[in-house]
Amino acid sequence: MAGVWVNQLLQGILLGGLYTLFATGLSLSAGVMRFVNIAHGDFIVLGCFVLLVLTTAAGLNPVVATLAILPLAFAAGFALQRFLLQRVVGENVLLVILVTFGLSIIIENGLLQGFGADPEKVSGGWIETATIGLGHDINVGLFQLMTFATAVALVAVLDLLLYRSGIGAKIRAVADDVAAADLIGLSSARIYAVAMGISFVTIGIAAGFMSIWTDFDPASGPTRLLIAFEVVVLGGLGSMWGSLVGGIVLGVAQSVGAQFDIAWQMLAGHIVFLGVLAVRPQGLSPKY
Amino acid sequence: MIQVNRPASGLMLGALRAAFAAALVVLAAAPFTFRATDVVLLTEFMSMLVLAIMWNLLAGYADIVTVGQHAFVGVGAYAFFGFAALWNVDPYLSIPLAGAVALAVAVPAMALVFRLRTAYLAIGTWVIAEVLMLAASKLDTFGGGSGTSLPIAIVLSFGRSRTDRLAAIYWLAFALAALALAVTYFLLRSRIGIGLTAMRDNEEGAAAIGVDITFSRILCFLGTAPFLGMAGAIITLQKLRIAPSASFSITDWTVFVIFNVVIGGVGSFEGPIIGTIVYFVLRQYLGELGTWNLILLGSFSIAIILIERRGLWGLCRRFLPDDLVPIGHKMRPQ
Repeated sequence: MAGVWVNQLLQGILLGGLYTLFATGLSLSAGVMRFVNIAHGDFIVLGCFVLLVLTTAAGLNPVVATLAILPLAFAAGFALQRFLLQRVVGENVLLVILVTFGLSIIIENGLLQGFGADPEKVSGGWIETATIGLGHDINVGLFQLMTFATAVALVAVLDLLLYRSGIGAKIRAVADDVAAADLIGLSSARIYAVAMGISFVTIGIAAGFMSIWTDFDPASGPTRLLIAFEVVVLGGLGSMWGSLVGGIVLGVAQSVGAQFDIAWQMLAGHIVFLGVLAVRPQGLSPKY
Repeated sequence: MIQVNRPASGLMLGALRAAFAAALVVLAAAPFTFRATDVVLLTEFMSMLVLAIMWNLLAGYADIVTVGQHAFVGVGAYAFFGFAALWNVDPYLSIPLAGAVALAVAVPAMALVFRLRTAYLAIGTWVIAEVLMLAASKLDTFGGGSGTSLPIAIVLSFGRSRTDRLAAIYWLAFALAALALAVTYFLLRSRIGIGLTAMRDNEEGAAAIGVDITFSRILCFLGTAPFLGMAGAIITLQKLRIAPSASFSITDWTVFVIFNVVIGGVGSFEGPIIGTIVYFVLRQYLGELGTWNLILLGSFSIAIILIERRGLWGLCRRFLPDDLVPIGHKMRPQ
């Protein structure tokens, strides 16, 4: 009996890896750039559909396809920030929320128009089904393990990038005070665009793993946004390692909830989130 | 802002105000003059108008950008069903009671989401709505995940004949919309409204002269909940059934509402009215476009934000000397 719970705990931790991947880009835009991209989840789903086309119509290997879209994702994020969002960034967060909200609805319905409402999935081949036995009837999937390792690596890289590199220092300077950053000669518009480009690279990576891990359909975006948001708030805004903590907490909560009753999976995650928000609004591992 | 003082624009404003007053009179008597199908459409219009007014009050004035107002519509719908169908409360009395339940749910919701700053509050309200929808689908007496129909006896208590029933439900929706407009008007004219407007126009300036809007924001958030709940009850009377996905529909009760207010003009009294009219006109003439409808409205509202963030009414105000319903206070000439 204990084996079941250990297994469920382990699966939850690994699921947390996927959730961390959803969240890192949002953590960057929300925690560092101080605005929320409501279309974050829809961009992940858009990425999944691009990968679906690349792997089925063009016959690419999913790993190759994911690596191939990363530069495109950076360019898309850079352009989105530079040409659209930058025009509404400012004191009033209302406008950014509304523009990204509009984008979210456009993407969701555009995908619905193009692909229909049926669930899709990218086939990962043998990697998807390979498992590693840990004894006592506990098995973990190779792909799940790879996802978790990627999440840890991504968090480490982003943390180094933000807190140890030149561009990271610039991003944080602009985040702290746009006017002062402009005054000392930083181009805040350009730095915002680079940050959004990086955020979109994480979206591309998240799409790569999500498209193989689960089914997705055009309406999957909002759920991914909510998960990403909960992970970011749980972990503590702006903290990269916090999103790993938040991802694992949410993954375990859902996994344990599902063990009681499969219908409780999502609800259990939300309830843990609201509980933490009630007693510890600064998150579990705050940066500031 | 350049003051426009041409006589033609003054005349135009007068004509608009007269048309607005005339429309109110015509709408008050709509069931006597309009066909049944039009009354149904007008009832839907009034319900959507209430939702638009409430969202505008929060996002346009109280700095609470919510993406989760369908939560309270759904709570109202379920509470109405509970009182009227399960606990045999008088159906008319069940409507304000549904509003009261929405208010009761809004108190803990507020305590939670107000811990988040504005940008994150939007998604926080969405999480709350998601939780309430999932919880509603667990209520077996309310039909569980697939929902259930309103018992015929309750439907009949609003009128034995179809015409009477449609008229009764219309007047309920009309009364709620009129009440929503009146409450918003007096709220925005009051000390609270002046503080909110000052904060919206210049946060630092308002804070410097001692405006504290924490209380006003709480009041607005809690104040909109009963209206949304009662709108949910009236919407249930139109749809004749409750279901988690329909009663808590984010597309119907939040997405369209946000687009309508953005297109009409966020942060103006007239915005929600104009936006809701535009939405219904578009829907009538473009037909049920489904997904294209939403793509179109989404693109349109992004364009509006980029070109004139005060929406269609903001565009009109470039040519008109005053608001349709003046809520600002003017200095008296010495």
